[in-house]
Amino acid sequence: MNSGTPSSSAAGAGSADSTAPRRNSKRPKYSRFTQQELPACKPILTPKWVIGTFLLVSVIFIPIGVVSLFASRDVVEIVDRYETDCIPEALRNDKVGFIQSDRSKTCQRTLRVPKNMKQPIYVYYQLDNFYQNHRRYVKSRSDQQLRNNGSLQDTGPCKPEDNTAGGPIVPCGLIAWSLFNDTYGFTRNNQQLNVSKRDISWKSDREHKFGKNVFPRNFQNGTLRGGATLKPNVSLSEQEDLIVWMRTAALPTFRKLYGKIEVDLQRDDFINVTLENNYNTYSFSGKKKLVLSTTSWLGGKNDFVGIAYLTVGGLCFFLALVFLLIYLIKPRQLGDPSYLSWNRNPSGH
Amino acid sequence: MKLDDNTTGHDNPRLIHINDPKKTCDHSQFSGNEIRTSKYTLLNFLPKNLFIQFHRVAYLYFLAIAALNQLPPLAVFGRTVSLFPLLFVLTVTAVKDGYEDWRRHRSDRNENNREALVLQSDGFHPKRWKMIQAGEVLKISSDETIPCDMVLLGTSDPSGIAYIQTMNLDGESNLKTRYARQETNKLFLEGTMISGIITCEQPNRNIYEFMANMELNGHFLPLSQSNIILRGCQLKNTEWAVGVVVYAGQDTKAMLNSAMSPSKRSRLETYMNRETFWLSVFLLIMCLVVGLGMGLWLNRHKSQLDTLPYYRKIYFQKGKDGKKYKYYGIPMETFFSFLSSIIVFQIMIPISLYITMELVRLGQSYFMIGDQHMYDSLSNSRFQCRSLNINEDLGQIRYILSDKTGTLTENKMEFKKASIWGKSYGDSKAGSREIDAGVEEAMGSGRKWKLKSEITPDPELIKLSYKDLHGEERIAAYDFFLTLAACNTVIPILTGSPSSISGSLLSDGQISIDYQGESPDEQALVAAASAYGYTLFERTSGHIVIDANGEKLRLDVLGLHEFDSVRKRMSVVIRFPNGSVKVLVKGADTSMFSILKKDLPCDDRMRHVTQVHLNDYSSEGLRTLVVASRDFNGELLAEWQQMYEDACTSLTDRVVKLRQAAALIECNLTLLGATAIEDKLQEGVPEAIESLRQAGIKVWVLTGDKQETAISVGLSCRLLTADMHQIIINGNSEHECRKLLCDAKAKYHVNYASSFDDITNLKRKTEHNFLEMTSQTKSSNMSQQITGEEDRPTFGPLALIIDGNSLVYILEKDLEYELFNLATLCKVVLCCRVAPLQKAGIVDMIKSRTDDLTLAIGDGANDVSMIQMADVGVGICGQEGRQAVMASDFAMGQFRFLKRLLLVHGHWNYQRLGYLILYNFYRNAVFVLMLFWYILCTAFSTTSALTDWSSVFYSVIYTSVPTVVVGILDKDLSHKTLLKYPKLYAAGHRQESYNMSLFWITMLDTLWQSLVLFYVPLFTYRESTIDIWSMGSLWTIAVVILVNVHLAMDIQRWVFVAHAAIWGSIVVTYGCMVVLDSIPVFPNYGTIYHLVKSPVYWISILLIMVIGLLPRFIFKVCRQIFWPSDIQIAREAEILRKRRPFFGSNADQDSS
Repeated sequence: MNSGTPSSSAAGAGSADSTAPRRNSKRPKYSRFTQQELPACKPILTPKWVIGTFLLVSVIFIPIGVVSLFASRDVVEIVDRYETDCIPEALRNDKVGFIQSDRSKTCQRTLRVPKNMKQPIYVYYQLDNFYQNHRRYVKSRSDQQLRNNGSLQDTGPCKPEDNTAGGPIVPCGLIAWSLFNDTYGFTRNNQQLNVSKRDISWKSDREHKFGKNVFPRNFQNGTLRGGATLKPNVSLSEQEDLIVWMRTAALPTFRKLYGKIEVDLQRDDFINVTLENNYNTYSFSGKKKLVLSTTSWLGGKNDFVGIAYLTVGGLCFFLALVFLLIYLIKPRQLGDPSYLSWNRNPSGH
Repeated sequence: MKLDDNTTGHDNPRLIHINDPKKTCDHSQFSGNEIRTSKYTLLNFLPKNLFIQFHRVAYLYFLAIAALNQLPPLAVFGRTVSLFPLLFVLTVTAVKDGYEDWRRHRSDRNENNREALVLQSDGFHPKRWKMIQAGEVLKISSDETIPCDMVLLGTSDPSGIAYIQTMNLDGESNLKTRYARQETNKLFLEGTMISGIITCEQPNRNIYEFMANMELNGHFLPLSQSNIILRGCQLKNTEWAVGVVVYAGQDTKAMLNSAMSPSKRSRLETYMNRETFWLSVFLLIMCLVVGLGMGLWLNRHKSQLDTLPYYRKIYFQKGKDGKKYKYYGIPMETFFSFLSSIIVFQIMIPISLYITMELVRLGQSYFMIGDQHMYDSLSNSRFQCRSLNINEDLGQIRYILSDKTGTLTENKMEFKKASIWGKSYGDSKAGSREIDAGVEEAMGSGRKWKLKSEITPDPELIKLSYKDLHGEERIAAYDFFLTLAACNTVIPILTGSPSSISGSLLSDGQISIDYQGESPDEQALVAAASAYGYTLFERTSGHIVIDANGEKLRLDVLGLHEFDSVRKRMSVVIRFPNGSVKVLVKGADTSMFSILKKDLPCDDRMRHVTQVHLNDYSSEGLRTLVVASRDFNGELLAEWQQMYEDACTSLTDRVVKLRQAAALIECNLTLLGATAIEDKLQEGVPEAIESLRQAGIKVWVLTGDKQETAISVGLSCRLLTADMHQIIINGNSEHECRKLLCDAKAKYHVNYASSFDDITNLKRKTEHNFLEMTSQTKSSNMSQQITGEEDRPTFGPLALIIDGNSLVYILEKDLEYELFNLATLCKVVLCCRVAPLQKAGIVDMIKSRTDDLTLAIGDGANDVSMIQMADVGVGICGQEGRQAVMASDFAMGQFRFLKRLLLVHGHWNYQRLGYLILYNFYRNAVFVLMLFWYILCTAFSTTSALTDWSSVFYSVIYTSVPTVVVGILDKDLSHKTLLKYPKLYAAGHRQESYNMSLFWITMLDTLWQSLVLFYVPLFTYRESTIDIWSMGSLWTIAVVILVNVHLAMDIQRWVFVAHAAIWGSIVVTYGCMVVLDSIPVFPNYGTIYHLVKSPVYWISILLIMVIGLLPRFIFKVCRQIFWPSDIQIAREAEILRKRRPFFGSNADQDSS
């Protein structure tokens, strides 16, 4: 009984409204968008789709896996770990002492070529346990300074390798300071094998990131030498070892390109390496390896991709079979209302 | 401003000197009429806006993270980069706020610069609104908007009537009458200047009340709500009106009412916060691992730290013992490492999710508002979303508490039956047509008007009403109809020239009458009286004119006691032209029978017969009123008049005094008869209720009607069915209620002494029963069997009917618990005769006893408390004003839209938002975990392989759009299916879209995917020349593609927008990376150009996608094969049915 409740008030449908011909109707305009009726594709997982998907994956993955595996197997790789062997046996108790002394660090290594290697043969050095991705290290560079002659003073992020008494260091920072300085010389049958150092870095780095008119200054002048020195009269854009080194590695174990040997090597060739073992990895017990490797479309030797692809492809093929069997043995009619929860378990408890 | 300002009103009344603004404003500082709805000015915008924005926890989190990053040892990101997310949200919000405020400024300026005629020394002159002050006298012309709250002094109408439309204030389109006091109106028409003092309350926001008096030439005139016109209303049908400003500017009731209602928080969001807690635990664990790892690593390499090329803690330039470089000792380094990992992992806590959710809800509301199926053409009202926080709660409602009048019914009253002098009329429907002619004849030529509403009168009653005025029965009928026509507050509006109504059957010279009133019941009664020949023609505060069978009667109104909820009746004192005075009373039967005359045996007989009729009527679902009258003698009249005058002019306790005056005359009444009005059910109500109940929602009806009416309406809307056992509880004392409850429980074997577990168990059982029995696919046979199995006697469904009196005892005492147990066992609960606060009490009971969500729906002011109390409040924009709508979270035109709102939109919103939250958790966690695994490979040094910008863009640009699009547009089932199978709604009850186990499964999946993301590139590029930026670039694109494909796998409905958003995001990501890698200053310069040339890059991305998503896909397929959900089956049925003719075709259109 609401008749005349004091706070309520009412209207017979306003007389003006009913007679007026929909002058200002608020009826929502019809469009398929506003009514949420846009044409749509509504996928459901029918048996065909499920089995088809698994088959499709296996059909794509198995060939890729096979091809990658073959590509990886074609790559010939020679790896020589030398950081311990290149220290005279008597001095191996104090490796750090040895590497910091002024003794001759030349070292001879002999490598056997296991298979024919087509040129170009890439020469890498590999460092283990060297955290080039450490935050203190990664940040310790000044890209402004590398690029631009005018930004010599831009050494903000480079601490603690930013300045010497003689002014700012170019290139500054820990990365440049710790530039790798082992050198390798190769001979085959007493014939010198030329190692090309051209084009071992990214073109974009050479052309845009490292300035053509930026020259090293005050580099490795400090009390503690970290690594290689740079030729003072060569612009940074031509110091390819530095450019390669400055592309810091993603993982603590990494390879860097040292150079390219542009002749083919035959099977059972013996290669003598004359090695200057200068770089100090002993203080953090890092390994050093010399790697000679051919390359394929996939890159270096790595079976992981091929095996992973084959495994996934095989698994998907297997799953396709399993689901095929399931659908054959225990089919469920799609959209069958008898599977609805209120039809399925009538007792309810 | 609060309502209780009323109480301070008489301690400190507001004095207004009419036409003397200076004096008025001298005494106290009344605000001018300038209004300011804008929040900011140009000067304070920045600080104030920032201040308001930082009230949100999310922004504080951003700020704290950004501040942490500014500390030198922690600078993980570049300074600008780290500020970007904060600045981004701040700017976006500030621009939005600024724009809104600018619009408010503009509308304020327009409003303030409007002009009104103000009385100055030499007549009325225009003046800007903002210059108007309290105490000034204003003249308003027809169709003008009223600039401030004014007391009417005079109008163009000699009787002082002014009609106003209050559309802007409360949304009602009917005209309301306001009166100028006769005394002032007379003075005005004579052209005399009025000077007096108005004493009124302090400003308050109650638009339906005003108490004041006016001192005029030494007399005190009472002023009430009917004498005031409020800002925002429009003057209609009145040439001009003059009034004095009492409240101006911010003091006006319109301005005081513009506050927003408090916001609610959705259930899903509460759960989400619980899971956010888990995420913060994960975050803490990861940061601890990084911090401790750093500590241990430093400890192990302590001796080498000086020289380690990638650490180097000392400057060597200044000698061997040089300054330390960013090294603060192992404990501090550990701590800093912990803090900086918080910065790196910050998006683990999905703060942006709150902003995303707001956007998504906004989009969902857009579609709900735009739904044509929820547009009511009768009231021309769309669906309204007044609250943007609880869209998804609509998908989980368990209890609907509904008002009856105006919600289930139309609240368009139709006079159906009458009992006059012990005889019931209006039963016969046959033959009305034939007698029509006779009726017309009987009416004679007296009838010259046309009513807006058409009623088919009972011919017998017509005959009676046109007989000569002889005999008790005839006189009773005369008084009866006179009461119907006079005892009300309805205003007749005569629309003049009828010749303009083309095609009208009526001849020239006839008048069309439209009755405008605040109560639909009264309108119906007046219209009925008119149909029987007693037409109300004119009403002023002093007299009314009634055409009784062609004879014009001018009746002086001596006093009018309006309806109130305590007396439950209304009375009017009229003086006939011949000087006799009568009290005409109408009211609810309970309040009327006690005040009837009980002298004669025939009174008893009459009362008995009428009671029988009343019971009949209310069992048919009709609303009844009892009509009575009484002749007045002079002595009593004088006494009453004295009291009435007193009460009317009193500023305090007026209501009580009026009630006392009313009690004086409302006694010893002669019973005339009773009326029965039909309140028609709204269209589609029974079907809607049926569907909602099938959906597992319990519908409780709370009504102010009496028990019989409530039951009959319950029957007609199929809430109650014949086979139900009705438990009726209507005790008059606590003891009686307790007994009734116990009896009912004993009878229906409800063991209320059992532990709560048992009861919930029982509850579950009965719920299941109920599902069974309403299931269409099930035979009743089966359900019988099931109830048999449960070892319970078969009673059939139960219905609980309880009245307001009992509720008073039950809700206050410990019986509440028992009532609740009983009520949850019942299929239907009907509460009748409940007061507004009791409605809220019932909602509160349900909320406190269960975790289930409640929805309250109502249309009147009496539902406001219930609407605000419930988890979701729905208002019906109906006949009873706008208060319910103003207090509601959602508003709509018809009850039946509720079905669509819950079953369709509620379901969609719930599914969408549930998925959205899980997906956002996943999206952020997979990214953070990927960073985490990498940090373990960098000697715990919080290096990120990704560029700073990519890290920041990841959640802002790379992956944000598709989640929003899917959250707004995805839908699992079409609305047709959802409406056809209401039981699908139970998915929301079972929390299928979002629950703890889903969260943990998602987290496991996240863990797997992050491991794949990290280890596939790691193994692929093991012992290679890969540099950190190439690796980061690969990870960036891999994670973006992965989360987008993950989303794509779960999309149920691919529209072009979804395609654009998902594939577009991947393209945009590539675009951003190309741009970032083209800036030579960045160390990552050129990376992407180099990478895309390498096949390994593409192969590893493909590998990541497939391995990462394989478990999820297998899980999905297995679940669909072995444990299909209801939604899944319905979806298959829906799609395959359409697709069958061209099976296998992918393109399927949602044709509806």
